Amino acid sequence: MAEAGTMLPETIIQKIEAETGKYPTRRAAVKSALRYAQAEFGWISEDVVKAVAEVLGLERIEVFEVATFYDMFYTRPVGRFPVRVCTNVSCLLRGADGIMESLCQNLGVEAGETTADGRFTVFAAECLGACGGAPMMAVGDDYHEDLKADELDKILERYR
Amino acid sequence: MSAPSEIRVCLPPHDAVTPWTLASYRERGGYQAWEEVLKNQTPREEIIETLKSSGLRGRGGAGFPTGLKLSFMPRDAQGQKYIVCNSDESEPGTFKDRDILRFNPHQVIEGMALAGYAIGATVGFNYIRGEYYEPWQRFEAALAEARQAGLLGENLKGSDIAFELHSQRGAGAYICGEETALLESLEGKKGQPRFKPPFPAQVGAFGKPTTINNTETLASIPPIIRNGAEWFSSIGVENSGGTKIYSVSGHVNRPGNYEVPMGMPFRDLLEMAGGVQDGRALKAVIPGGSSVPVVPADAIMECTMDYDGLSQVGSALGAGSVIVMDETTCMVEVLERISFFYFAESCGQCTPCREGTGWLYRMIRRIRSGEGTPADLDRLKSVADRIEGRTICALGDAAAWPVQSFLKHFRHEFEAMIPREEAA
Repeated sequence: MAEAGTMLPETIIQKIEAETGKYPTRRAAVKSALRYAQAEFGWISEDVVKAVAEVLGLERIEVFEVATFYDMFYTRPVGRFPVRVCTNVSCLLRGADGIMESLCQNLGVEAGETTADGRFTVFAAECLGACGGAPMMAVGDDYHEDLKADELDKILERYR
Repeated sequence: MSAPSEIRVCLPPHDAVTPWTLASYRERGGYQAWEEVLKNQTPREEIIETLKSSGLRGRGGAGFPTGLKLSFMPRDAQGQKYIVCNSDESEPGTFKDRDILRFNPHQVIEGMALAGYAIGATVGFNYIRGEYYEPWQRFEAALAEARQAGLLGENLKGSDIAFELHSQRGAGAYICGEETALLESLEGKKGQPRFKPPFPAQVGAFGKPTTINNTETLASIPPIIRNGAEWFSSIGVENSGGTKIYSVSGHVNRPGNYEVPMGMPFRDLLEMAGGVQDGRALKAVIPGGSSVPVVPADAIMECTMDYDGLSQVGSALGAGSVIVMDETTCMVEVLERISFFYFAESCGQCTPCREGTGWLYRMIRRIRSGEGTPADLDRLKSVADRIEGRTICALGDAAAWPVQSFLKHFRHEFEAMIPREEAA
């Protein structure tokens, strides 16, 4: 159970508790817990790691090593909408390099950087499993497929 | 000869409206097999025997016979057992499970229920890659519908049979598609593969006997139980039963998923996908996802798409992920990208893979930037050979095979990038 003074809001603690109910161990809920916390705070700070460890009854290192192992957890501040452009083979063959270049140019950033307004961080991503719609990118949880360089701005407009 | 056409077993028919709903799934015979089992308490051996004679083999890449795999579970052992579905689809070029989950989630649920029943598992987990948000939502909605309809839970349809099923989302790590890494991740750890033995059938999820199957494999089970083993095996060819979903990507006019009988000639599949883009000539195909050996145009055009056919041209069916490359493709660039992928995704546990994948990538990058030396080509092969077979899991092999096969078939392209004055 959560210690007094945890930074996690009650709603998130409840969601984590619900998730632990699926498994014979509380530890199995760690990825879900990190995901909920990241959605709340934007990234996974040392304080988030500590709070998640307390809720699940884990050592901090057991949470931290998971937070750093998986691509979808951010252990440094990122934009509100991570933009992950697939640059793997199937997308490469259909012009992913050009998409990446246009996107970075439009947003005025390099891969790995965050826009000045804090909306987007652009990442070169590994295969996201949508090769039939190559070239593609993920903005937050949404997939955008069959990308054309001149339509990128219109897609990003939706994310405020 | 008529144009080749699809036979859809795991994907819903093209004309199905909202095929992901329970109502739609029931319209095409969905849950009949599961309800039959609940009513008749079908002997578990019978289900396993049906799967054995159907010729169904694992669709995740290894091609292991599914019925045989299920039979490895210690059936008489008391205590909790698990059935796990591997929906961590991340092999570059693979996008079939995404469509099964988006468009036919109930068939995965029914397949897991049947497989779980056959091995005596009352709980199942579907591990879905973290990026698949929409497929996960569809699967969760289907789970809720199935529970509501009394198809999941306890004392199902008045029997003493119980089956509960949960999904867990991954968080972005290719290695978690390896079954023991998946188990580690499911338990809330880093996804680092386990040494085998013990195999998951002895010590699996949470230390309990577990069978792990790919999404497409599990989705194949309900129609096999409903229509019989003979029906399924007669669709395919000898040693490769049933249909297979081919994810066709790269330089074709109509990329996408095509579910066709095993053993279809590659040229027919290429035709279904609209042929090579812009009428250009075919150069090469990676037929089973980025880890399997590349096959030059001449060989693949005479090849059939099944386990034996692809093995005869020195490659593998893998997950049926067909990456098509036309005559304009720079093979050095493609191999550089593939090698970077395995370098980035190595979990770091085994030295040959952790260090070797980096060496491979850096050498190929050096060659492509015009700074390679003639010795690099032999060195590449030597490093690849020393990774292969020397790691806990198959990621090491997956990094080595592309290098070995690209060098074998397209060595001249690599040589051409090495400065002349360096060439002896």
